[in-house]
Amino acid sequence: MTGRLGRIRRVSGPLVEATGLDGVTMADLVELGPARLPAEAVAIRDEVVTLQAYEYTGGLRPGDVAISRGEPLSAGLGPGLLGGVFDGLLRSLVGAPEYLFPGRREEPAATTLWHFVPEAKEGDEAWPGVRIGTVDGVGLEHRVLVPPGVAGRLDWVADEGPHTLAEPVARVGEAAIALQTRWPIRRPRPVLERLNGGVPLFTGQRVLDLLYPVAQGSAAAVPGGFGTGKTMLLQQIAKWSDADAIVYVGCGERGNELADTLQELRELDDPRRGGRLADRTVIIANTSNMPMMAREASIYSGLTVAEYLRDMGYHTVVIADSTSRWAEARREFASRTRQLPAEEGYPADLPSSLAAFYERAGRFRTLSGAEASVTVIGAVSPAGGDMTEPVTAHTQRFVRCLWTLDRDLAYARHYPSVSWRGSYSRDAAVIAGWYTGRGDPEWVRRRARVLALLAEADRLAELAELVGVSALPSQERMVLLVGQLIRRAVLQQSATSANDATCAMPKQAALVDAVLTVHDRSVQLVSDGVSATAMEKVDFTPLLRAREDSGSSDVDAVIRRREELLGVLDGLT
Amino acid sequence: MTPPTQLEFCDVRQVVGPLVVLKRVEGVGWDEFAQVRLPSGETRQGLVLEVDEDTAVVQILQGTQGIGLSGVRLAFEGRPLHIPVGEGWLGRVCDGLGQPRDGGPPVFGETLRPVAGAPMNPVARATPSEPVLTGVSAIDALTTLVRGQKLPIFSVAGLPHLELATQIAAQAHAGDEPFKVVFAGMGLSHPDAAAVRDVLEERAAAGELTLFLNTADDPVIERVLTPRLALTVAEYLAFVRGQHVLVVVADMTSYAEAVREVSAARGEVPGRRAYPGYLYSDLASLYERCGRIAGRPGSVTLVPVLTMPGGDITHPVPDLTGYITEGQIVLSRSLHERGIFPPVDVLGSLSRLMRKGAGPGRTRPEHVDLAAQLVAALARSGQAADLAELVGAAALTETDRRYLGFAKVFEGTFLRQRIDEARTLDQTLDLAWQVISMLPRRELAMLDHEALDSHYREVVPDGASP
Ligand SMILES: Nc1ncnc2c1ncn2[C@@H]1O[C@H](COP(=O)(O)OP(=O)(O)OP(=O)(O)O)[C@@H](O)[C@H]1O
Ligand SMILES: [Mg+2]
Repeated sequence: MTGRLGRIRRVSGPLVEATGLDGVTMADLVELGPARLPAEAVAIRDEVVTLQAYEYTGGLRPGDVAISRGEPLSAGLGPGLLGGVFDGLLRSLVGAPEYLFPGRREEPAATTLWHFVPEAKEGDEAWPGVRIGTVDGVGLEHRVLVPPGVAGRLDWVADEGPHTLAEPVARVGEAAIALQTRWPIRRPRPVLERLNGGVPLFTGQRVLDLLYPVAQGSAAAVPGGFGTGKTMLLQQIAKWSDADAIVYVGCGERGNELADTLQELRELDDPRRGGRLADRTVIIANTSNMPMMAREASIYSGLTVAEYLRDMGYHTVVIADSTSRWAEARREFASRTRQLPAEEGYPADLPSSLAAFYERAGRFRTLSGAEASVTVIGAVSPAGGDMTEPVTAHTQRFVRCLWTLDRDLAYARHYPSVSWRGSYSRDAAVIAGWYTGRGDPEWVRRRARVLALLAEADRLAELAELVGVSALPSQERMVLLVGQLIRRAVLQQSATSANDATCAMPKQAALVDAVLTVHDRSVQLVSDGVSATAMEKVDFTPLLRAREDSGSSDVDAVIRRREELLGVLDGLT
Repeated sequence: MTPPTQLEFCDVRQVVGPLVVLKRVEGVGWDEFAQVRLPSGETRQGLVLEVDEDTAVVQILQGTQGIGLSGVRLAFEGRPLHIPVGEGWLGRVCDGLGQPRDGGPPVFGETLRPVAGAPMNPVARATPSEPVLTGVSAIDALTTLVRGQKLPIFSVAGLPHLELATQIAAQAHAGDEPFKVVFAGMGLSHPDAAAVRDVLEERAAAGELTLFLNTADDPVIERVLTPRLALTVAEYLAFVRGQHVLVVVADMTSYAEAVREVSAARGEVPGRRAYPGYLYSDLASLYERCGRIAGRPGSVTLVPVLTMPGGDITHPVPDLTGYITEGQIVLSRSLHERGIFPPVDVLGSLSRLMRKGAGPGRTRPEHVDLAAQLVAALARSGQAADLAELVGAAALTETDRRYLGFAKVFEGTFLRQRIDEARTLDQTLDLAWQVISMLPRRELAMLDHEALDSHYREVVPDGASP
């Protein structure tokens, strides 16, 4: 691709203006200066093109060259994504130097050989989504498909054997199909149709799977002030959810955290497929000290990778920590281009860009005809913990699940600090239908009882603060008690626990049933005349420790604890 | 090291706040460093904030006092600010821009490095995994500082945060491994600066410390560079020289105010409390410079100190800091008023990396559980104290009274420490056991039997049943 040559005339941080780039269109990629820093065209006025640079522009001067690449900002998609770590523009960080100085880097993957196994043959019909073959690699089977926009007949298919990413493995008319394809990251990849559906995405986190479940292909947001546990919760989902593939976007967050996530994923076994969890994960790391504008792009790179994997027929989850940093990067650039600020300095297109981001989630029929999904889960970091600030407020309009993290719960070291007052799941109804049809009709009942008891316990706790616990009727004191038990025996779940980091659905059901049975028995006992004070003095430790003391799918151990405790209760009469 | 070729210009058209707008400029790049010569012969330093055709906007670090439209010459170095780095910094006391304040010669280095640094490749990082011991019980036991961590101290005006930060800088060590300290003070009063120098004297004399001091009457804008100099020196000592380096910067609120002043002079769209929208990224570009690199021996650990204006933790400086750092140590006014030093609010404080740096093989096997138990017991004591205020201590259950007694001893013997008292880790943890032994054993569900058997010695207060 030979580009047009322009000249830089203004540089102010990531904002660069250039002239002489005739024919450049919005969102085109332009390379700046001798180091050829990537930048994107964001405004065109007469002769002057405004560019958003994706790297540190120190030393760039008026008069330096600007070369238009004649294509929009795109990501290279191919084998080698799973298990890899990339920056916001999807350039590999594995094999890159210890310090990331601006400018072009060698892509180590460019020379890697991939073993291609053809499935289609010369003369077959080809249209977007048709399988040409597979590539051996780590993790999931990598499927080579006819890319969007190519149709006709396969004129040639390569024999089985090693190929680099750029080498063609098939030809349809003029179009050469290589192992790696490029896709403009801001444009959703095409599908046949959107599907409805309510299959739950299992997360392994009880508070979510029980109270605020998320469906495959849905969108969820996790707002919470600093230290409330957003990252820990998202990391847990990355580790334990039952998706085929995870795209984890560290957008403007900590380097140490990413190093840690990476190390853990490399050490943990994938309980569903074998291999390491890292092999089903793509990490996109644009930490807070990496260039701010690449942080803005990282979100779109993540979505594009997820869609690429979806197109192969996989259920994928995109995790973005934190979407607030993405929004802030947009705000920063808007202010440098002197756009009229709307709420709190954010550009007026904040709501529409948030909507567009979460709308890339969904359950789809892919071009190949498979059913596959992209679930989007984004952390939100409200400034000052203020849930009415624009990013948090608008995000709530566009997601189906809101998992609000509560500072008071986190302060009391109740983790995950998902609040049962500020959270919701609009998928709960369809998921209830799914459980009912799949032989666990009790899920609906358990969920409803737990929610009702929590709400009632909260109401009574407020009352007790005014009048004192002892002024409440015994039955109500039992509700306060079960509120405690639900929180401590069911909802709390430590990410650092060996047994309890994830929890299978049957164990979850057993824990909830144990608490509810104990509650029913307590209510019975106080109506039979046992004093509420005596009930409150009972040592509930066996029940409280059941989640920690038994393996993540050990139902029997939970039942034994329940029986043990019921025995103690029966001794009270 | 050939000095870079310089380009000189003198057509000043505007002077606004700390900024100078220069015309008829050619070949100058964004973020370049400039030497500014005033007609009086005085020299200052500047940074290029924007270049637009033949115009450059330059921020003058020492302020624009005395600069007019004529007679000023700006010489551009063709690259961002570099400083010499190396062991020559150790034992030195400098101002906020690295000029000697100790009467010694200018610092020469082994090589030059850009003060802005470059982002560390997250894949090249090694996870922090060993402690930095500070000799302060509240920190070592309950919010363990880990090599490569960033752990700020959140305080309010009037509390002894500078004393605590200085104590940490004076006492911290990494066991037998080589350890150095870089202390950067910004906006300190002269008595404070003198006190810091005094306490750190010994460490400086031992060649283990570099001190950057920007006092309250020094130019405000130079504070924008002070932490960057400190981190640049630290990075080299850590990752080239294999040292464990602790960087203490106080007070980050003064730093953020300098950033805000530059932003206002540029007429940028103000964000919360008029701080610029990029404050998060700006703070991150400092805080994220700490860490470890896989395969290299050293580490950079960062303890920023900041005062929360009006004690408000939602103020942008503590809020954005909390979003970047790995936990926080919060100081409490009420503890301070009760005469307790260091006044660490244990419940509000958290070291997110503690699990990585404490426990078996790192400190002592029971350390993490003991800390969790102490924190849980303090939370429970707080509830008991609230209750006692409502109904009177006499109406409390015996267990609750034991909790009240525990909290008192905790504050009086464990938390409270002399300002020059360095406790070993064993002293700290033994003290913790002594304090937790004020509670009945049945209350200590977070500790395992083995640990309890070997360390727990119940103390039964007079008049209570064991
Ligand atoms: N599920 C959990 N299990 C155990 N500990 C947790 C859990 N969630 C949070 N924590 C504790 O809280 C700390 C902060 O959590 P986390 O890093 O996830 O916060 P965050 O909301 O991402 O904060 P920030 O916005 O600053 O990134 C953790 O280091 C850990 O100590
Ligand atoms: Mg986080």
